[in-house]
Amino acid sequence: MSVDLATVKRVAHLARIAVTDEDAARMEGELNVILGFVEQLSEVDVEGIEPMTSVTPMAMRKRTDAVTDGSKAEDIVANAPETTDNFFLVPKVVE
Amino acid sequence: MTLVDTRTPDPKRLVPGATGDWEIIIGLEVHAQVTSNSKLFSGASTTFGNQANSNVSLVDAAMPGMLPVINEECVAQAVRTGLGLKAQINNRSVFDRKNYFYPDLPQGYQISQFKDPIVGEGEIIISVGPDRQGNFEDIEIGIERLHLEQDAGKSMHDQHPSMSYVDLNRSGVALMEIVSKPDMRSADEAKAYVTKLRSILRYLGTCDGNMDEGSLRADVNVSVRKPGGEFGTRCEIKNVNSIRFIGQAVDYEARRQIAIIEDGGTIEQETRLFDPGKGETRSMRSKEDAHDYRYFPDPDLLPLEFDQAFVDALKANLPELPDDKKARFVAEMGLSVYDASILVSEKAIADYFEEVAAGRDGKMAANWIINDLLGALNKSGKGIEETPVSPAQLGGVIDLIKDGTISGKIAKDLFEIIWEEGGDPAEVVESRGMKQVTDTGAIEKAVDDVIGANPDQVAKVQAKPALAGWFVGQVMKATGGKANPKAVQNLVKAKLGIED
Repeated sequence: MSVDLATVKRVAHLARIAVTDEDAARMEGELNVILGFVEQLSEVDVEGIEPMTSVTPMAMRKRTDAVTDGSKAEDIVANAPETTDNFFLVPKVVE
Repeated sequence: MTLVDTRTPDPKRLVPGATGDWEIIIGLEVHAQVTSNSKLFSGASTTFGNQANSNVSLVDAAMPGMLPVINEECVAQAVRTGLGLKAQINNRSVFDRKNYFYPDLPQGYQISQFKDPIVGEGEIIISVGPDRQGNFEDIEIGIERLHLEQDAGKSMHDQHPSMSYVDLNRSGVALMEIVSKPDMRSADEAKAYVTKLRSILRYLGTCDGNMDEGSLRADVNVSVRKPGGEFGTRCEIKNVNSIRFIGQAVDYEARRQIAIIEDGGTIEQETRLFDPGKGETRSMRSKEDAHDYRYFPDPDLLPLEFDQAFVDALKANLPELPDDKKARFVAEMGLSVYDASILVSEKAIADYFEEVAAGRDGKMAANWIINDLLGALNKSGKGIEETPVSPAQLGGVIDLIKDGTISGKIAKDLFEIIWEEGGDPAEVVESRGMKQVTDTGAIEKAVDDVIGANPDQVAKVQAKPALAGWFVGQVMKATGGKANPKAVQNLVKAKLGIED
């Protein structure tokens, strides 16, 4: 598996990361080195082996259905560049 | 998913086009908000309508280092729903990340289930009709899957000229996405499906089904084809939030697609939006933004596993569902399928009926609820929850008819008084002198008066015995409707010498 320049740019766009053409070209090379490295794993025969989901055999932890959090709107929006009445304000996302 | 056609094209469901008949194919993805106190992966409240960002934990705001921990009640609710849909329950399921970018999704991904959902294939029986003969048709609609996922936050775009407002109160609330198979063939079937699904969810108590508050919303997939042919390309109409709009969206979209194909065009697979004001669908996203969700298993969450005992315990405590209730009403109370269907359509109506019918004639209770109570509620735009006449009051009215205290006609007046002013039916009858006159002497006098005052009619009645009805009517009128109609009829016939 490898990526071309267009794929690098598309993935960057999907993640909303600004990447210059120059950086994209460099990243294409770097990403392909990484992909090539990971590719080696496919040489291992894993036929019939269940995927490992945890290093120790354990079940997913569950909580009871109780309200234990919230009521801290000021904290939630504390780092936002712009707020009004504890709403986050972002550049308009519809026309 | 592979598309399997489970239906035979039915001429009465086809829609005409310029080039002949067309068949509409519909599949629905319904997002149902899970009824729970706290969110799927955090301890923040799910209450609707609170101050902005007050029901938000650091997990819901996707602050760095926060880890999701699943709410076991949400898991139980999904399993209950699966059982209610007679579906395969998967004792092992996996949470995945669905990646996309939007301001109301602070994580940058939605935790959802992709490959291994908690619930697999099931079914819903919908009832379509009545047709011109008054018959209903039962149709089985397949369920493809049900999975658990997080809801996103809410953006408002009309508060500011250049900014959008984001409130994360809904962010992280548990949703069940319930995906149907493409088994529906008309707008009516799609509406019946959502109505039935909502009813099942409400019976189960797993979703309040409140479409106004967005607790239940549907993505409607529509395609058209020549009857029995290959499936056409589908368009998805996003987030339709009323059952009526679902019907309108299907009809509009089908007509639009048929017109394009008949003009020699082709349908492009796309996401569309329904505009209730204009009653039309329109394209929502340009192709450039075609979604690439890059699903992968969420490394923060282990697979969700539970044993059969967990499922069995939930199954043992499942409430009676609408189909079973309907069958019981028909078998044990002698109701018609039509009446039973109406009564079970909402759990609150069924509960009301059972309260009225307890120890009384079930058919009579059903008639009063369907014809009088539901009629009056409908006319005043009220739901069953807001009924001014309680089950005890309606039961009281029925008891008074049953023991002969009032006639059926007076009962209608009594019902209206109770509706408007309240009160105990027996006391109202007493205080307003509405009691049926069963005193033969009084009735006899009234009959004699009518006969005495109308010698012409008396002369005619021997030749035309049907005229006796006119006398009965006059006597009822003279007694203000309070005379026992049966007694009046007997007396009139006896006095006029008419034999039965």
